[in-house]
Amino acid sequence: MDRDSLYRETFPIKGDDFERGGEVATRVKALLQQLGLPRDVIRRLSIANFEAEMNVVMYAREATLEVLVFPDLIRVQVVDRGPGIADIDWAMQEGHSTATEAMRARGFGAGLGLPNIQRNTDEFEVKSDAGVGTTLRYAVHTTPRPKEG
Amino acid sequence: MQLRHIVSLLTCEILSGEDLLDLGIDCCFAADLMSDVLASAPNGALLVTGLASSQMVHTAEVADLAAIVLVAGKRPENEALAFARQRKLPLLLTGLSMFEACSLLSQHGLRGAVRKE
Repeated sequence: MDRDSLYRETFPIKGDDFERGGEVATRVKALLQQLGLPRDVIRRLSIANFEAEMNVVMYAREATLEVLVFPDLIRVQVVDRGPGIADIDWAMQEGHSTATEAMRARGFGAGLGLPNIQRNTDEFEVKSDAGVGTTLRYAVHTTPRPKEG
Repeated sequence: MQLRHIVSLLTCEILSGEDLLDLGIDCCFAADLMSDVLASAPNGALLVTGLASSQMVHTAEVADLAAIVLVAGKRPENEALAFARQRKLPLLLTGLSMFEACSLLSQHGLRGAVRKE
């Protein structure tokens, strides 16, 4: 389905590991810097990755975050095993969250995660099966493109 | 405003970034909610926060923020401090409350910042 990527790397994320939540986003940022991408592209992807990583830490048992590098875009897939999202439309609205106090004490869980990911990416898709898990796919274009439509 | 000026203004303890005090800071974003920071703080901003967990430094790292002031005398978690030092991210500690810290910074010319959509 996908074109061949120039490079891909997969990072595991553990659920409920609050102490390390954010390390994967930081490691991926270092990788993107090594690739010499524009600073704004790195920043947008890093913010999306951090929010996605914290979603896994807060809600899922485990996940993989895969980075795929193409000539004109960076694609990220986050596939988790967990409870899934019962109502994606509800979860996509800012302020809607099922977070606990412990999650909010870490500075997250205010219902801004998925909207923040969408805001910082050029392509965004979320699929979820209740009781199985959630898959996020998003991408940031590394070269400017004309707006479609 | 230079970072060293912020250190003296807020009577900060320097936990990380002792050699980066010449850094120029031109805007500030204050929040405990890291998703708000990720959504709205522009790169290069000073983060003023009461959140002492490792997510505070990861937020500053991924959003390209210049430095962090931790308010109300809260000590950072060990992981947070180690990460800030590793990434050469200035981390300052003040006993002032968030309101007092922001008031002083504002009175001395530091502007608040929200990224424009």
